[in-house]
Amino acid sequence: MLDWWLPPNVSTFGGDVDRLFYLIFYITGITWVLVQVTMLVFLFLYRHREGRKAEYSHGNTTLEILWTIVPALILIMLGFMSRATWDQIRHTHPTSPNMAVVQITAKQFNWEILYPGPDGKFDTDDDKMIENDLHVPVNEVVRVRLTSKDVIHSFFVPSFRLKQDAVPGRVIEIWFQATQPGVYELPCAELCGFGHSGMLGHVTVQSADEYKSWIKEQWPS
Amino acid sequence: MTSPAHAKEAHAAHAEHHELGFVRTYLFSTDHKMIGRQFLFMALFMMIIGGALAMMMRWELAWPESEIPLTHWIPEPYMFDGHMPPEFYNAVFTMHATIMIFFVVMPILVGCFGNFLIPLMIGARDMAFPVLNMLSFWVGAVAGVIMLAAFFVPGGAAAGGWTSYAPLSAVPTYTGVTWGQNLWCISIIVLGMSSLMGSINYITTIINMRAPGMTYFRMPLTIWALFITAILLLLALPVLTAALAMLLMDRLAGTSFFLPAGGGEPLLWQHLFWFFGHPEVYIMILPAMGIASDILSVFARKPIFGYRAMAFSIIGIAFLSWIVWGHHMFQSGMNPTLGTSFMISTMVIAVPSAIKTFNWLGTLYRANIRFTVPMLFALGFVAMFVIGGLSGIFMASTPVDIFIHDTYFIVAHIHYVLFGGSIFAIFAAIYYWFPKMFGRMMNNPLGYLHFWATLIFYNGTFFPMHIIGVGGHMRRIYNPMQYEFLHPLQHWNVFMTICALCLGASQFPFVINFIYSLFWGPKAERNPWHANTLEWVAETPTPHGNFGPTLPTVYRGPYEYSSPEVEEDYLPQDRLLSGPARAH
Repeated sequence: MLDWWLPPNVSTFGGDVDRLFYLIFYITGITWVLVQVTMLVFLFLYRHREGRKAEYSHGNTTLEILWTIVPALILIMLGFMSRATWDQIRHTHPTSPNMAVVQITAKQFNWEILYPGPDGKFDTDDDKMIENDLHVPVNEVVRVRLTSKDVIHSFFVPSFRLKQDAVPGRVIEIWFQATQPGVYELPCAELCGFGHSGMLGHVTVQSADEYKSWIKEQWPS
Repeated sequence: MTSPAHAKEAHAAHAEHHELGFVRTYLFSTDHKMIGRQFLFMALFMMIIGGALAMMMRWELAWPESEIPLTHWIPEPYMFDGHMPPEFYNAVFTMHATIMIFFVVMPILVGCFGNFLIPLMIGARDMAFPVLNMLSFWVGAVAGVIMLAAFFVPGGAAAGGWTSYAPLSAVPTYTGVTWGQNLWCISIIVLGMSSLMGSINYITTIINMRAPGMTYFRMPLTIWALFITAILLLLALPVLTAALAMLLMDRLAGTSFFLPAGGGEPLLWQHLFWFFGHPEVYIMILPAMGIASDILSVFARKPIFGYRAMAFSIIGIAFLSWIVWGHHMFQSGMNPTLGTSFMISTMVIAVPSAIKTFNWLGTLYRANIRFTVPMLFALGFVAMFVIGGLSGIFMASTPVDIFIHDTYFIVAHIHYVLFGGSIFAIFAAIYYWFPKMFGRMMNNPLGYLHFWATLIFYNGTFFPMHIIGVGGHMRRIYNPMQYEFLHPLQHWNVFMTICALCLGASQFPFVINFIYSLFWGPKAERNPWHANTLEWVAETPTPHGNFGPTLPTVYRGPYEYSSPEVEEDYLPQDRLLSGPARAH
């Protein structure tokens, strides 16, 4: 339900993010409706009438304890549920048979994507840098070593439910595993200067064969 | 616990009445009421500028790179014949947020109502340090002038966002902004001094100068909120001042606090900024909560539900506000384990806000509600704050925040808290205390028109931001049409802009009402709302020294509405009941 709202998800952990989103959406949505309806009902029932006095009451301790403990329990539960997904995205370092690794250096206002080439190693002669064009194989883990040359940028692929700031002076490794071939937009999500709007790359997720032929095109030797 | 005896002597000194000239009465006044009015006028003026900037921004988002009406007079290189370049767009949203936060919401809630209400509501003749109080306003005014001056220097105003993340803000070539960013830093450092003077004054006054019988737990919740807010200001602002001084040094003196090339750390800025910035959020919402509590109780004609829980949840929020700053930094590269701890503390801080909301509902239960203009705005505050509070839970959850961080969902959230929350409470407060501040009543039909138009167009402007935010729409972008995945959402931008323009137009009834009532409104009686708190005991217009020859004595709490002890439905704090009267 409500699939029309979030952009289509094509990453392995995106489903967990979406489930948490909907869970929080339903909890907060129900709370919101209850609060607003209660308020409107009270406003109608207890509107001013001449010759009537309001109830002289300073509160109700039982009720107050109840509406302290119930929200606290729900919120702590949400915290622990979120933790599991967070750890999966940020703390695990999964691999897959044909895992791809790239280095991405953000700069005003482009993504410099460095591929290790056929030898799979960086700092060798067959490294190749392509701006704003990230090609990855489908259903394989892709590790991205993210850094920046100048200011803070943010690597954001809405369809992967993935966002990570690129910070100058440090390399942050993130991963994703795309489940659907296609071309996905890769905007910068952190204000990075006058060209921030329009700083945009593309992620092309390709089937194993297409990915192989793309590699051949790039490294023809 | 009563106020110390020596406070009485201090009061006597203020009580002498003397005629003052125009300059001492209206400009360099040491009277807390005049200083409060000065803060109000300054902030309302700044609100017009901040609002106009928002209109330009909205136009740009709905119809990107088109001609913006009424802006042809703005010269190059800011605007090109009514067309906005991206670097000016960045300056516009940076200055919109900075002005609204530092020069509108804070000066009205803390500067204006803090000043006007604290001595009156606790039964004092003035602030503890009246000259420091005057200085606080004028230093704040200088900060405002410096901030606006940034528009007129070469390179234009600051364009790094109100959060001014380094290194973008630390190296002039990254934004092309030179003195604009420097003035931004200097202005907020100066404003910090103004706030420090104010907060020291508020804390001292509340601790030492309460009228006889005014114990801490007989203080109105507005005073509780302002008291705790002043403590937060006192402790949070020096951190911001230090961070700004470091940023200024990076820009001007060649240091590298935030620049990795020189061994600095960009995330240090974020830690310092948000260590101030999150208490700052509560600085802007706690007084609004206090004001809403007072107004709800007055017009519900019913005691506030769970007074002590309300006071303790203010204190609880204040304590927790120091350990949640990292939730702004989940995606910053900060250690993910740290993210988990900040998530838990953030989930916990939602609890006191939930308590307050339920207690406001409890106050309405079996009440006798009068729908005056201030009451409508206070009810609007509760309804809108609930949305802002609930949407906060989404970003507290670290995995969900991965997706919605830096999107319009965040913009929606901050506006539901600061506009639906703080600004609605500000309007409630202005309509409510206007009779005491200016001695005249405001016009009701214009007030109702202002409320309904604001409520409708406010929601039309900001509610769809949740929807486009969840669609992935980034904040701070100048032209959404540059992104294919945002094309299907563009009609929302058009809708929001039309609502925003109407929201701007909805403020005209308020401006007209304010100015008209200031001069020609019907004269207000001493206690037009039949309220209990001490400011309504003072005469209207309130003289220098506030109360007559003797200060009021307080016999009970501030919320004794519909008490069975008296026939009428209110029982002022200073009224001595004969017979077996009980004090609450």
